[in-house]
Amino acid sequence: MASTTDRPRARRRRHLGSYLFLAPNFLGFLAFTLLPVGAAFILSFTEWGLLGHPRYVGLANFSKLLGFHRQGGALTANDPYFWKYLGNTVFLMLGIPLSIAGSLFSALLLNQRLRGVVLFRTLFFLPSICSAVAVTLLWKWIFQEDYGLLNTWLRGVGVADPPRWLVSTAWAKPAFIIMGLWTAVGGYNMILYLAGLQNIPAELYEAAAMDGANWWQRLRHVTWPLLAPTTFFITTMSIIAGFQGGFVAAYMMTGGGPAGATTTIMLYIYQNAFQWFQMGYAAAIACILFALIFGFTLLNWRLSQRVVYYQ
Amino acid sequence: MGLKAAAYMALGAIGLVMAVPLAWMISTSLKDPSQVMVANDRWLPRRQVMSKYGPVYATAVDGVAVRGTQVARSPRGRTLRLLEPAAMAGRTVTVAASKVRPVEQVHLHWGNYAAAWSAIKVESAFGGLLRNADAFLIFYINSILVAVAVTLGQVFTSSLAAYAFARLRFPGRDSLFLGYLATLMVPAVITMIPVYILLSRLRLTDSYWALILPAMFSAYGTFMLRQFFLTIPRDLEDAARIDGAGLFTIYWRIIMPLSKPALAALTTFIFLHTWNEFMWPLIVIDSLQLKTLPIGLAHFQGPYATEWHLLMAASVIVMVPVLLVFIAGQRYFVRGIILSGIKG
Repeated sequence: MASTTDRPRARRRRHLGSYLFLAPNFLGFLAFTLLPVGAAFILSFTEWGLLGHPRYVGLANFSKLLGFHRQGGALTANDPYFWKYLGNTVFLMLGIPLSIAGSLFSALLLNQRLRGVVLFRTLFFLPSICSAVAVTLLWKWIFQEDYGLLNTWLRGVGVADPPRWLVSTAWAKPAFIIMGLWTAVGGYNMILYLAGLQNIPAELYEAAAMDGANWWQRLRHVTWPLLAPTTFFITTMSIIAGFQGGFVAAYMMTGGGPAGATTTIMLYIYQNAFQWFQMGYAAAIACILFALIFGFTLLNWRLSQRVVYYQ
Repeated sequence: MGLKAAAYMALGAIGLVMAVPLAWMISTSLKDPSQVMVANDRWLPRRQVMSKYGPVYATAVDGVAVRGTQVARSPRGRTLRLLEPAAMAGRTVTVAASKVRPVEQVHLHWGNYAAAWSAIKVESAFGGLLRNADAFLIFYINSILVAVAVTLGQVFTSSLAAYAFARLRFPGRDSLFLGYLATLMVPAVITMIPVYILLSRLRLTDSYWALILPAMFSAYGTFMLRQFFLTIPRDLEDAARIDGAGLFTIYWRIIMPLSKPALAALTTFIFLHTWNEFMWPLIVIDSLQLKTLPIGLAHFQGPYATEWHLLMAASVIVMVPVLLVFIAGQRYFVRGIILSGIKG
């Protein structure tokens, strides 16, 4: 029996034990996550080329990124590239709804009790775990304008002048989206949907069938509402990833071109920080990106409050 | 019945879309260099049959199919010295160029893999232990080294912290955990620049440390394991505690063995993620002998940008271990996604 006098000491010793368990992870977390978040915020108010000391510049980075000025009567962005690349990033995110629909459709198919379904699941899932660098090289070859597989086929079916994909300002972004769909449709989202589907109680379908609901009505009024939490999670994660997307593809396939058509915010941050060594400016872009991600996540969450029904 | 057939058709169609690019990669990687651009819609790699007199062509003379090697070419056509059939061997015939076609056979050009593997050399790696080595060998060793170190480190530190969060009571636990949760939302891009600056101040950029150290701690792994540890019944621990077991013994002998599925899922997750990581190694590594496979492949693309047979062979080389790990750990991997998604 512990006496009343040594109880605090025993407790303190127990606490020390707890902190020892926590320490390795927490110190790393502190050094490589928590403090860097603060540092990025502070850095965004400075100008710094890595040599010497950072110079405090107030809101100059942000006003350059977000501000406008009059040039010959017309309103011009202080950094037109930022807006262009933000536009590119958002354009590429148009693939998200397609990708989610594709994942749901694939999951619905795989959820049928059919023979060989596991084999299909593995096959669908393969593209998403393959090294992104290797995948982009593969698609660079498929999209190659003269000898690539896609244009060979398009010419074969009578398209005399197929798109020049990665070297065309108009088609490079759609090409990115096509490649993105190939990697994403059968990936994590499909598995999450599959898990969601398997959690739906069979009684609900039986009840719906008794009421004479056809498969579309069952999908619309049973499956879709019950998958809403999954859809919400997937949408949120896709938006977060989407804002940070396009780096590997742009770096490997186009270098951000042609004429900046495939430069995303992520590549712009990389260029600013690690090619032009404008650390403060790059940190400011990263902060804006974070704000955007945070804002959209919040918005998505608000919207979902109305439609998501948690069991 | 009709629905079932339709489902199979749809599955097959999607499967085809997924498989075709991968098959195309393998097909290209096995083509003779001369065939890559010319016969670009051929799936089975082929090349022209060679005889000891040169490449073999086929044509027809007076309705008889013949084969031979080309000896001359003129506006009148091509002149072939015949090899087959035996009765006509040695004769030369001249036929219109449009009637002559090369004789081809299936030929898998495995040499592309060897060529890609040793195309670039690394002067010295591992402090001079390996000299003038094939670059892909070095990239492979680096990737394995980094992936194993990161995986072990992250699983270990995460499981320790997760145990504290799930089982131990200490002041500040819940607010600290909330802090961990909050940073799950923080995109990697925001920490990238400060961490790079930190490492460069410590003179750790362009070293294995830069690849391993920042990746060894993750809020995500801690969170996932904590959720799993919470589901383990407390009775076993209580019994052990009565027997006088310390905290570490309980963690190591009871909690960890009972968490094998979650640990396997996390291990597969981290390994694949680290193996495929591209942007961070690109930022912190400059030296060729320190490059991992993804940035090694990017480096390889430089001088060989249009040698598609080599690029595809190199891509396959990079992908193979990932596929093996995935096939081995598929069950856990899928469960890991579900764990992270549902609880998140």
